[in-house]
Amino acid sequence: MTAILSVDRLTKTYAGGFTALDDVSLDIREGEILALLGPNGAGKTTLISTVCGITQATSGHVTVGGHDTITAYRAAREMIGLVPQEINLEPFEKVINTVRFSRGLFGRPRDDAYLEKILRQLSLWDKKDEPIRSLSGGMKRRVLIAKALSHEPRVLFLDEPSAGVDVELRRDMWAVVRQLQEDGVTIILTTHYIEEAETMADRIAVINGGRILLVEEKAALMRRMGRKEMRIELKEPVTRIPSALADFGLTLEAEGTRLVYSYDRQASRTGIVRLLSALQETGLTVADVETRQSSLEEIFVGLVTERQSA
Amino acid sequence: MNLTAVAAIYKFEMARTFRTLAQSIVSPVLSTALYFIVFGTAIGSRIEQVEGVSYGAFIVPGLIMLTVLTQSIANASFGIYFPKFIGTIYELLSAPASFLEITAGYVLAAATKALMIGLIILATAYFFVELTIAHPIWMIVFLVLTCLSFSLFGFIIGIWAKNFEQLQLIPLLAVTPLVFLGGAFYSVSMLPPAWQGITMFNPVLYLVSGFRWSFFGMADVPVGWSIVAIFGFLIACLAAIAWIFRTGWRLRA
Repeated sequence: MTAILSVDRLTKTYAGGFTALDDVSLDIREGEILALLGPNGAGKTTLISTVCGITQATSGHVTVGGHDTITAYRAAREMIGLVPQEINLEPFEKVINTVRFSRGLFGRPRDDAYLEKILRQLSLWDKKDEPIRSLSGGMKRRVLIAKALSHEPRVLFLDEPSAGVDVELRRDMWAVVRQLQEDGVTIILTTHYIEEAETMADRIAVINGGRILLVEEKAALMRRMGRKEMRIELKEPVTRIPSALADFGLTLEAEGTRLVYSYDRQASRTGIVRLLSALQETGLTVADVETRQSSLEEIFVGLVTERQSA
Repeated sequence: MNLTAVAAIYKFEMARTFRTLAQSIVSPVLSTALYFIVFGTAIGSRIEQVEGVSYGAFIVPGLIMLTVLTQSIANASFGIYFPKFIGTIYELLSAPASFLEITAGYVLAAATKALMIGLIILATAYFFVELTIAHPIWMIVFLVLTCLSFSLFGFIIGIWAKNFEQLQLIPLLAVTPLVFLGGAFYSVSMLPPAWQGITMFNPVLYLVSGFRWSFFGMADVPVGWSIVAIFGFLIACLAAIAWIFRTGWRLRA
């Protein structure tokens, strides 16, 4: 798949000397959903703002659809839609007027049929003549999405789209994002909800301290870095791990009623059979056994913590 | 050239004017009508003619200028400050539009509003005084150029301002006194010689004088100077805005 957006050695140092982006390079493939993860202050919003032209880069280049965002900014920006993190809307304006304004601002001729389509898609059509101040927080966020989509962008940045949105609306929004991807829109999503990235993204990029730590297919990342755990529930609690099981690196949880064994699913020998044999020899009675895959959140936290302590 | 963007900003700003009609148009017209009643009719009836023109008629160009200057600045400065204040500026900065196009949208809307108010005040003046305009085309030229150049100035103030207090600071502390001391209500020839000399440093004098010339064919300074002054101000404002957008001063982080 070809890259629709290329970030090449992008650095942003603010006047106070703080470097928010440090030599960032990243290729985003056409039609994918890329989740950009990072703790607060990692550089996610600065990266988006720099690509969109809101912040000026100190050095480096960005191209969108082959157009440089500085020398060919018109062609580049026409391809981008941005849903900002904050709900920035003119409170007294009607929904339809603010969306129409966005389309005009991006140089597109008036097309009420298209605007009706996106407002219906976002369940906003009934509210089109309402002033924005009368809408709920979730609806305002959808108005921001409608504005960003009003000029039919090929690349959509969603900066924390689910912040402050209830679970039901969040799932509705995910459905909209999926639909956009099916329509061929490339989506770059920043989020604090790891579940969102886990559900939506094709690839994951992790940024911290202004540097990209990794960019990888989500499934491959979870296979590569995700640990499997086997949880052994005991009928009777134990006060310590029996010496016969000392070599397995077990942890004791739930007041001595659960033994947890972490293993690498990719390894040629997982050690599960050996552990179960050793367990039988100890005479402990097993009530239940379950396995679980570590979540993206655990991988993310582990990755960020590991780099910070390095 | 993204003319669609210019039109979008223009229509959006004009829609705000008509949404807040009382505040945008009725209020400045009402205050000017009060000036006519107090200065023109009540006090003016006791003042002799100024260079052959009744005092009531004499103050009409000055009153129009006072309102047009303050309205141009207020409209344009609020137009660009409000998106900064509520955060919608991100949309302007990320749009495929140049500084010239964004400025044109806001400034043309602000100038249109100011022009509308100026013409309404002129029409209102006919209810209070007898008035003939000696050079109507020049009158329109002066009015349009003043609306445009002071809307540009207001646009700069709107970008510069970090809060509502700063937004009001220059119009209240600089522009209004300069208009009052720039011959809006008197002829410079009525001042003592020393003050006449000082007044020549007031840039607003050149606008009021030129505008009054278009009404009555008389001026405090040669009309050519007025034209040069207004064009010079226009170019200076454009240059400042070009620099602001190029550097991102007070706009981009």
